[in-house]
Order: sequence, then structure tokens, then C-alpha cells
Amino acid sequence: MNAVSKNENAALARPQRTVLELEVNNHAGVMSHVVGLFSRRAYNVEGILCLPVGDGSISRIWLLVLEDRRLEQMVKQVEKLEDVRTVRRHGADHAVFERLEEFFR
Amino acid sequence: MNAPAPQTARQTDAAPASETLTGAQIVVRLLERQGVTTVSGIPGGAILPFYDALSASEKIRHVLARHEQGAGFIAQGMARASGQPAVCLASSGPGATNLLTAIADAKLDSIPLVAITGQVPRSMIGTDAFQEVDTYGLSIPITKHNFLVNSAEELLEVIPRAFTLAASGRPGPVLVDIPKDVQAQAIEVSQWPAPGGRQARPAPDMAAIEKAAAMINAAERPILYLGGGVVHSGAAEAAVALAEKASLPTTMTLMALGAMPVDHPLSIHMLGMHGARYTNLLLEECDLLIAVGARFDDRATGKVAAFCPKAQIIHIDIDPSELDKIKNAHVGIAGDVGEVLEKLSPLVEAHLRKRWLTHMGDLRSRFRLQRPNLEDPRSHYGLIQAVADCLDDSASIATDVGQHQMWVAQAYPLRRPRQWLTSGGLGTMGFGVPAALGAALAEPERTVVCFTGDGSILMNIQELATIAEAGANLKIVLMNNDALGLVYQQQELFYGKRYFASKFAGQPDFLKIAEGFGIDTLDLDTAAAPRAALRQALQRPGPCLIHAFIDMNEKVYPMVPPGAANTDMIGG
Repeated sequence: MNAVSKNENAALARPQRTVLELEVNNHAGVMSHVVGLFSRRAYNVEGILCLPVGDGSISRIWLLVLEDRRLEQMVKQVEKLEDVRTVRRHGADHAVFERLEEFFR
Repeated sequence: MNAPAPQTARQTDAAPASETLTGAQIVVRLLERQGVTTVSGIPGGAILPFYDALSASEKIRHVLARHEQGAGFIAQGMARASGQPAVCLASSGPGATNLLTAIADAKLDSIPLVAITGQVPRSMIGTDAFQEVDTYGLSIPITKHNFLVNSAEELLEVIPRAFTLAASGRPGPVLVDIPKDVQAQAIEVSQWPAPGGRQARPAPDMAAIEKAAAMINAAERPILYLGGGVVHSGAAEAAVALAEKASLPTTMTLMALGAMPVDHPLSIHMLGMHGARYTNLLLEECDLLIAVGARFDDRATGKVAAFCPKAQIIHIDIDPSELDKIKNAHVGIAGDVGEVLEKLSPLVEAHLRKRWLTHMGDLRSRFRLQRPNLEDPRSHYGLIQAVADCLDDSASIATDVGQHQMWVAQAYPLRRPRQWLTSGGLGTMGFGVPAALGAALAEPERTVVCFTGDGSILMNIQELATIAEAGANLKIVLMNNDALGLVYQQQELFYGKRYFASKFAGQPDFLKIAEGFGIDTLDLDTAAAPRAALRQALQRPGPCLIHAFIDMNEKVYPMVPPGAANTDMIGG
């Protein structure tokens, strides 16, 4: 299903997917803060990936979400979290979740 | 600095010596260093090491609440009156869960609060230990930030940071959960961190400010819309100055009342669900809405699509996530509203706007707030006016939640920022009595009046004991209609008069209750000369409960039905 291009996606009227890349302080509770923002708005997170980077004081969280009109507000809310250092948005064509596909076959 | 020094060397500040202190002692010292002088709470097993250390403090007064929710609202009252972060304390389990409502209330109204809770020892976390609850998890969505502290060492960083977070940017509540063994853990402390405090914001976008100024200068029918952020930022004076320079009719949200004196010629008072007709009608016509520290709450806007339909919008807020959240702004400015107004005002041209202000005056005289029976101190508006007649602007006014709250918001002549304490966002019944006590503790030189209802007062009535103990100069005006008045009103207006669960069949004798708590009382309904009796009760130092029956069929008018446009007002 990842073979479809952006245009084909639109043609199929499927919600556009977005990949969010978060850099966060690595400690117990950070994940809970992040996903809580989504769950309490009934905004499903389709995919989550998280691993420490560098010396382990920081982690990178990848989130796969469906785009809807709340996404702008979601990104602002994530940016407000104390333990979130940066938030970057990527298009659906980002490789991180696509390469994981083989573990979910 | 690392070399251990004898205790006596502590006398000199230049060479701080190391001391062996427990986590609990460290927290007490850090609170003292923050300048905290009053805290409110209730002890219990998991926070006893902290209470033991607190007992040795000569700088901090502990106010023993009778319910942790009361402790939370007492701290809120201190914070709302002073603008400084205030501290509440609770033990683990039920102590912590009882605090949650007061914390959530602080989150929605952006009140700086530091809640410190005890937790079971680390080795027992996750074992369903006695009085164990996931305080950290429970408090995530209702705090600005929260901590579960893992070591005494961490406290040196966490406590000042909690104060910084509570006070900086958009203020809010911060919770620090401290396991009992961390409170008891002794470590060497050789250096103290600087106290936490409000941090400066990045400078606002000057280009956006210039654009906003140009829009104000070009507008024909602009309205200034002030929210609670103006009070939090200490920007009330700057907002009034801008309004005067550019001749801007100025509306206030429930949270901003007092930012502009109610009788200022440019004040069009509160907007929204229970705003006066002329206010909502004028907003309908404006061509520019300048929102300052306001968040377009649904009680203020009514149906959003129909709110200020002809207006362009300038939105100034310290929290970037508020911009474009409800209404897209034509110019959004993220920044401290005081700082933005300071930069904006010089760019705004002096303007008389005679036509617009004449129109404002015309609408005001035709559609002003109706206050029937104003001369009768035993009617709802009459009682509010009679209380105001006995006091000056130095008095602080708190409310609970319900009809009485809306009547006081509509009719009390508020003229000073931080004069007004009310639960806006969460609308928590039970807020008033403990929050008013907090205000009285923070500013003992003021008279504090708490308007409440018979539904609300029962939700934290146990704090009458705390009030009596403190001898606080607090007057509770109980408007008793034997009903949950706003529910009763909605059932009448919107549910076919099918009244259900909104009338109280059995009511306690509130005067006897107050007497039982050792509080002075006044029964306004039996007083031979109610005005004179009221004046006497308000001027006598110490706590007093003033009781008056109100007809349950009285309504808060005008009223915009929930979900309707603000121009679709009922009554008034």
C-alpha cells in the first residue's frame, strides 16, 4: 500500500499520511506525554518508533499520523511539551516506516 | 567548594559549606529560597517526612485545609490574588486524587501553582501499595508539566524548575510527586541553585506588530477584546492606555473583569453567553477585533462561525498554540501581551472615532443590562449592589460557580486587575470558599467577599473550619435559592420545563452550620434594617456568613443558548 504516490492517494480519497520526527529528553514518561496529546483528542497514532540517540540522554520519536485539520494544532501542542526539543514534519514518502514494513508482514 | 567545611562556616555567604540534608529538608529550604511564606495542605503517611522537615521552618506558615481540594483552591486563591506561584501539599493516593480538580481548574485558567505530593517509596511503586495511585499519570493532561522525582539530588533541579515553569510563558500548574524514601534520603548539599522564576520570552515579531498597528489605524469599527492573559501579564494599564489612545470600545472575558474599570467610558463589559445585549450587538458590527490574551472560549464566542462575522482579527497571545486554534487570525502575534502592547501603542494613531463611539453609546443606552429590583437588597442584583455600596476597590471579590457567579460578573463594579477571583474555564463548584480564603491569606489587609450559592458552598463547606481557625477577614454572601440554579434555568428554557435533580428537597440550616463552625452570621431576610446590618457585617473584622434567600425562578439574562450565535439572546 506504500507504492501509491501522493496523487494516487488523493485520487483514492484516502487521508494523507504525515510523519512527525520528535527529539525528546529520554526519560520515563515522555512517551506518555506525547501520545496522551493525541489520545485525549481521539486522534489515532498509526505508527510509533522510538530509540535513544547519541549518549542516550535524548531520544528520537517517529510518529505516523493521518492528516486532518487538527494536525496544525497537534504539532503546536507537541511543541509545547517541556521534554520535546524539536518537532519536524515529513511527507508520507519518508522512508522510516516504509523500511519497517518487512517486520509487519 | 567540594571540601567539607564545619557547620559554623555557613555564616558567611561567600564560602558555602556543605551540609547533610534529607530530600524533605532540601525541599523546605528550596521553598524558603523561593520566598514562599504560606503553603496549604493535608499530611498523610507518604508525605510525613516532608511535614516533619516543614515543622522546623520558621519562614513558612502551613495552613491545614480540611480536604485536599480545599488546599488546592486555597493555593489558587493565593496565586490569583498575588500573581505569584503558590504551593499546595497532599499525601499519596486519595490525597493526590483530591487535589486533581483544583489542579485542572488552574490549568484551564492559567494559574501558577506548584503541587507537591507524597508517593509510596520507590521500591513499592507499581505494587498496588497502600495509598498508591499513579499520580504522575493522572496529572499529565491537567498540568503544564509534572515530575516523579527519583533521588534527593534531583530535587535541587526539579523544585526551582517547577517554579520557573509555573510562572513562565502562559502560567499553569506543575506537580512534583516525591516518593517517601526520596524525602528521607540524606545527601551532601554544598551549593544551592538559584530560585526559579518567570523567564523572558523571545521578542515578538515587529513586522506583525506594525501590520497590526496599520490595521487598527485603518479600522472604522474596531473592538478591543481582553482576556485573562492581560491580568496575568500585568498589562491592564497598557491595554486601557491603548483603548484610550485609539478610542477602542473594550470588552472583557469573565477572566479579564477588572482589567478595565467597569465604569470606564470605553468599557462595554463582558461578552458572550451572559453578556449584556449591547455588548454582543456591538461585536456583531465590528470590522476589527483585537484579541489580547484571550482564547475565544465558547462561552465568549457563542457559535464561532457567527462571531464577529464582519471583522478582521488581530490575535495577541503568549501561547502560540492559541493562535488559529478557534478562529484564524489575520495577524497573529505570539508574545507577552504587555510587551506587545508596549511596542504596538506608539505605532497606533490617536483617533477620536466619533461615529463609532456615538453608536456604542446609543446601543448601550438602548440595550443595557436589565437589573430589576436593584433598590431591594434582598433581590439578587440588589444584594450585589448593596455589598458593593459598602466597599471600595480595595476589596477582593470571589465567587463560586452558578447563577450567583454570572450575576456578580454582570453587576459588581470591578475596577482593579486581580480584584476578581472566579473559576472560568473549568467552572468548578466549590471553588469560591477556599479560593477566597487563599486571597485573604495572601493579602490580609483587604476585605475579601465570596459570593456563593447553596449548591456550591456544600462542595467545600469543610473549609469553614480552616477559615474560622485562620480568623480570615472573609465575608461569605450565600445566595440561597434551594436549587442548582443554572441547571434549573436550562431545564426551564431548553428541556421543556422538565425539572429534574435541580431542586433541593431537604436543605441544611446554613446559619446554624456557620455557627457550628464558629463563624459569625447574618440572616438578611430577618434583619430589621438589612442595609445597615449588611454594612456592619462587612465592616466587622473576621469571617462572617451572610445568608439571603433568592427566588429560584430568577434567571441569568440575557442568555445565549449553548451553541447559538451571540446575537440570539434570550431575555434581558
